[in-house]
Amino acid sequence: MTRRITTGIGIALALLAQQPDVTIKIVGERGRIKIAVPEFKGPGVKAEVLQTFNTTLWSDLESSGVFEMASKSFYPTEAPQKPEDFKAPLQPPPQPPRRLRPGEAPPPAPEPKRQGPWLTDWSQPPVTAQVLALGSTAVDNDRFALSGWLYDVTKPDAGAAHVFGKRYLSAHDVPGARKVAHEYANDILQKLGGGPGIAGSRIYFVSNRTGNKEIWAMDYDGSNPVPVTQYKNLTINPDISHDGTLIAFTTFARGNPGIFIHSLETNRRLTFYNQVASLNATPSFSPDGKQLAYSSTVSGRAQIYIANIDGGNLKRISNSLGVDMEPKFNPRMGGQIAFVRGGAGPPQIYLMDADGSNVRRLVSGGGDAVNPAWSPDGQRLAFAWTKGFEPGNYNIFIMEVATQTLTQLTFGAGRNEHPTWAPDGRHLAFSSNRAGGQQVWTMLADGTNPKQLTQSGKNESPVWGVK
Amino acid sequence: MRRKQQAILITLGLTLVLFAAGCKKKAPPPPPPAPKEAMTTQQAAKRPTVSLTAEPSSIERGQSATLRWSSTEATGASISGGIGTVGTSGTRSVSPTATTSYTITATGAGGNATASATVTVRAAAPPAPPPAPPRVFSEELARRVQDAYFDYDSSDIRDDARASLTSNADALKAMIREFPNSRVVLEGHCDERGSAEYNLGLGDRRANAAKEFLVQLGVPGDRLSVISYGKERPQCTESNEGCWQRNRRAHLVAGN
Repeated sequence: MTRRITTGIGIALALLAQQPDVTIKIVGERGRIKIAVPEFKGPGVKAEVLQTFNTTLWSDLESSGVFEMASKSFYPTEAPQKPEDFKAPLQPPPQPPRRLRPGEAPPPAPEPKRQGPWLTDWSQPPVTAQVLALGSTAVDNDRFALSGWLYDVTKPDAGAAHVFGKRYLSAHDVPGARKVAHEYANDILQKLGGGPGIAGSRIYFVSNRTGNKEIWAMDYDGSNPVPVTQYKNLTINPDISHDGTLIAFTTFARGNPGIFIHSLETNRRLTFYNQVASLNATPSFSPDGKQLAYSSTVSGRAQIYIANIDGGNLKRISNSLGVDMEPKFNPRMGGQIAFVRGGAGPPQIYLMDADGSNVRRLVSGGGDAVNPAWSPDGQRLAFAWTKGFEPGNYNIFIMEVATQTLTQLTFGAGRNEHPTWAPDGRHLAFSSNRAGGQQVWTMLADGTNPKQLTQSGKNESPVWGVK
Repeated sequence: MRRKQQAILITLGLTLVLFAAGCKKKAPPPPPPAPKEAMTTQQAAKRPTVSLTAEPSSIERGQSATLRWSSTEATGASISGGIGTVGTSGTRSVSPTATTSYTITATGAGGNATASATVTVRAAAPPAPPPAPPRVFSEELARRVQDAYFDYDSSDIRDDARASLTSNADALKAMIREFPNSRVVLEGHCDERGSAEYNLGLGDRRANAAKEFLVQLGVPGDRLSVISYGKERPQCTESNEGCWQRNRRAHLVAGN
């Protein structure tokens, strides 16, 4: 831990550390905060590292759904790189009051004298931003270093405008630059009341790009895809524990479909006892990561069971003459489970308590309703529904569970299914064939801003992990 | 002198045969020495006797047969068919190109004797077909059973599936006798339309419904297992009812 920090920055950070931990809430046009993000610079940083940092930071903030990005073409040429760069304009000395002669126009109020970069450079037209990200990059002991701040430029003085400042360190390479940009973007979002950011979160999904369906992982924006499993068989139905450290899935690697659990920290398979059954599938982690709900045919038809994370202490919790699949623990109310029941009519989404009581059908109105996915706050359920379309032509809907209010997010653009919520509760990933083959997409939770994340092979069943 | 020797040899031979037989089991008492031999030795020169056999008596062209002959009271012998003078007993390998009768004439002090044997020559047979390969259970199964098809989002056994499974039950019962250690896996499959997750459960129902039907018809259940592939292993991928129907099925394959 031998960090060499220049004296100036050290003092600045010491001062920043004393600032109260403010969280501000600013609402701009269309409910979004307008942010200015000038290019960051710094001596000694490799060109591709600096470029990766700047484009990743911009993209993270833009895709967050929280910001309106102030156009770079309007930025002043002189951007501050640290708080000391702000120079308050000199106010002219007050003029002694003087009696005006009749017909004499009042003299113009004296202009403040500009001393250097100032908040109003950013808050007034043409930029008209509300907040400004500023800072600089450097190389520190062969590592990539960022000193990043956030200023509320609508405030009258620099002290009041300061929101936060922080120093970030990572490897001096492209992945390091991405990591630092994600962390800085997340901090900006968090401070502005946007909840946890998703920059740095990962999406796990099923891909057949190697010829077999395997679990893959990628950054939330689709970059850096890497294989998680290599069973060279059929491996599907991923679910991520809420802390992002465990992944469970269904695999045919041992013959009949069974559940495997891997640690994402060691990339090792953990022990999970599969019931002797023709099928053990569609696992879902409890909020504390200590239990797994899944579907098993151990007693005949596929029914919902809960077991410990090693497969022990099995409890049957659904009891139907139908086929019960896809249990999903409510992340806030672990005692509540959404699941899919079919077999006596088309599959539909039901709710029940974790002891199996209080079963009730949630979605009504015809068609198949499948793939329930809880929002992080446990209030909303996203799912895929064929309502109004032929079998198989699913669209993504969200239901506010308490009020049963429905919102439709996609509208017949092919087959849209497997919704999963981002940790920020503002984004969803899903799979869609709207652009041809089945691919993983993201969108905002109001259905806008769809983005295709995958291209290679067929990709489906995304689940969004916090890391 | 010679006759006396012969008599001694015959007696000795009989004794040896009886002795050998006595090693294996309790022998009946030996018959008295044949008085006939003693009588013939006192008669004048007898007519010779001769016998001739061909082994095998029927060959394909290009193969050979063995002539075997023996005689008594003979001093010389010859065989027709291009063989000529031979000993009074012996063997000879012959390869006639057509059916041939061989006649042996044995000559002795008491006159002549003849015997014949025929070697039948057949045209060369076409090469025999290679021996049938051992039958493979998985191939037999694929040939003798058929898929059972289902309605959309259903695991009910339709009339056509009932007919298919009834025929399958007969075939399976026969095959289980022919292949004593055989096992059969019933795969449940679905069309592409429903969700991948729900179809795992539905495919399991289809495979189990087919299994239960076969068991009711007397197929031993311990030979049958089920697996659902949901919609993950379609046999066709077109998006039309023809292909969807082909994928909504219970399919039988050989198990391990």
